[in-house]
Amino acid sequence: MKYISIPIMLLCISLNAQNPSAREIIEKVDKNMSAESRVFTSKMVIHNRRNTRTIESKSWSIGENKSSTEYLSPPREQGTKMLKLDNQLWIFSPSTDRIIQISGHMLRQSVMGSDLSYDDMMEDPHLLNHYTGVLEGEEKLNGILCWIIALSANTPDVAYQSQKIWVDKDRFIPLKKELYAKSGVLLKKMELSEVKQIQGRWFPMKFLFKDVLKEGDGTEFIIEEINFNTAIPDYIFSKASLKK
Amino acid sequence: MMRFLLKGIIRDKQRSLLPVLIVIIGVMLTVFLFCWLNGILNDSIELNARFNAGHVKIMTASYAKSADQIPNDLAIVGVDTLMIRLNKEFPDLKWYQRIHFGGLIDAPDSTGETRTQGPAAGFGIDMLSGDRSEIERFNLEKSLRRGRLPLNPGEILMSDEFSSKLKINPGDTVTLIGSTMNGSMAMYNYTVCGTIVFGTGPMDHGSVIVDIADVRNALDMDNAAGEIVGYLPDNYYDEKKIDQVVGRFNKLFLPSKDEYAPVITTLREQNSLGKMIDQIKGLGGFAVFIFVLSMSLVLWNAGLLGGLRRYTEFGTRLAIGEDYSHIYKTMIYESILIGLIGSLIGTGIGLSGSLYLQHHGLDLGSMLKNATILMPAVFHTRVTSAAFFIGFIPGLLSTVIGTMLSGIGIYKRKTAQLFKELEA
Repeated sequence: MKYISIPIMLLCISLNAQNPSAREIIEKVDKNMSAESRVFTSKMVIHNRRNTRTIESKSWSIGENKSSTEYLSPPREQGTKMLKLDNQLWIFSPSTDRIIQISGHMLRQSVMGSDLSYDDMMEDPHLLNHYTGVLEGEEKLNGILCWIIALSANTPDVAYQSQKIWVDKDRFIPLKKELYAKSGVLLKKMELSEVKQIQGRWFPMKFLFKDVLKEGDGTEFIIEEINFNTAIPDYIFSKASLKK
Repeated sequence: MMRFLLKGIIRDKQRSLLPVLIVIIGVMLTVFLFCWLNGILNDSIELNARFNAGHVKIMTASYAKSADQIPNDLAIVGVDTLMIRLNKEFPDLKWYQRIHFGGLIDAPDSTGETRTQGPAAGFGIDMLSGDRSEIERFNLEKSLRRGRLPLNPGEILMSDEFSSKLKINPGDTVTLIGSTMNGSMAMYNYTVCGTIVFGTGPMDHGSVIVDIADVRNALDMDNAAGEIVGYLPDNYYDEKKIDQVVGRFNKLFLPSKDEYAPVITTLREQNSLGKMIDQIKGLGGFAVFIFVLSMSLVLWNAGLLGGLRRYTEFGTRLAIGEDYSHIYKTMIYESILIGLIGSLIGTGIGLSGSLYLQHHGLDLGSMLKNATILMPAVFHTRVTSAAFFIGFIPGLLSTVIGTMLSGIGIYKRKTAQLFKELEA
């Protein structure tokens, strides 16, 4: 008996050694998804209940707390700028020449009628800084084997109290996310696709957001061009730049 | 004989003054209460019809399901075509497009930063096309407290209470922050041209009125409107006519599965107004019945007392040979005359007071400061044809019946005892 149980124990240990911990997986996901700075142009295709609209924008961000976006089209939205510093957001509307500040729960409101909130659009949170993960198992998504990780927030200032993510086992990219409120209610679903290797990291170029509390077929957030860790001038994140 | 009795009533004030005064007061109160209750009912219906419900309202099917939330993303699109069709098919109604909206009114300081901000409920109505119907329907000219009505695009009216709270004055620029029909954030500058007092608590707390074309620009609602409201001529809600209109509309716009198909709803069907109207009518009718009944008893008693007060007089008249039935008849004729005079004067006074309040109203706004439902702060009476005769029920009938009952006693008087009674 003794001779049988030792090899079984060794086998179990070696199998466990092959499975990274949830923390290790999240760390690798963060390395792919987050950066010191990002500059990207994107297209947001909003499939509303009644119509489909496309909004193009250019965004700059540094770390988790500085972000700026300028809308490029359609004409009605062109020139509208948003600046987010920590938990405060300023919106500049060229037609009114006014800068309006919004904060608090307003940051969880929809951007341009899409399925994204201002937090979704302008935040680049390192998961490890805000969540504790538990590896729940694995599952195949469109033929790709993924880890399933349940994330629980360990800081109060997050938009979603808990998340469930499906992480590509090979590329350490989340391919699916479920975002939950504090009450446990499912708020949003995300599907990430068109994963490309950019500047030595894997990154999904297409995000499909679906606010489950909203009617419509969701919002596609398509990144057309992205650069990581590039130098961004400080004035981009100043209120003065909004009116320029 | 009537002429003789009338002269007696006019000349012998001791005999007529008190009964006539009682009848006048009773009839006046009856008429006034009747008009008051009618007025409250009518004001409530009219207020809802004018500001919100119309006599009929057309919305898309999905908008109608959640109309309380003002879902402008579900508004009627291609509203100009629908208006042409409505005006052609239903020329007996006046049709108006409206957009209700919510948002923040933000006032900047000298540097353009937010100085003050408050949530607003907005009405987009036609004010600049040259048709003044909506201005009159919203009673904007009379409600104007400061400034003037919009004359140019980009001008906004604010409720006086709201503007005072935000320290905004006519001439100031404010920014409406809301949501476009597509759900985008909308920011639009307006110049405050005037402030108004609506006279209803909830609307005075935070309402703004803008020309509908300006709302369309702000909320990206080109050729769209949340609602189309229809009014019968003279702004009088006639249920039979409205039912006919609904029937015709439903034949023209057959029920469909399209969630954006236009649907019609009547004043009664909106915001439980039908139930409220029935309840107010029922309660009002009951209150009037109780009051008329109690006034009838009072005037009946007055008639009885009148008969008893003249006990000696009737005895004397019997003693000098006047016939029982003649005395009884004259009593009744007298009471008819007293009832008629009292009812006519009482109705006249009651109607005069009611007509005055029908035009000028009674401001009870201070008592309704915290009201959260749409009800008028200025109450008006409403004079209807029934008000001209309702006072005659207690005034004439009760007085006469009272006299008839008290008069029966005359027949029980015995001639043999009359002189003894008179000596005593």
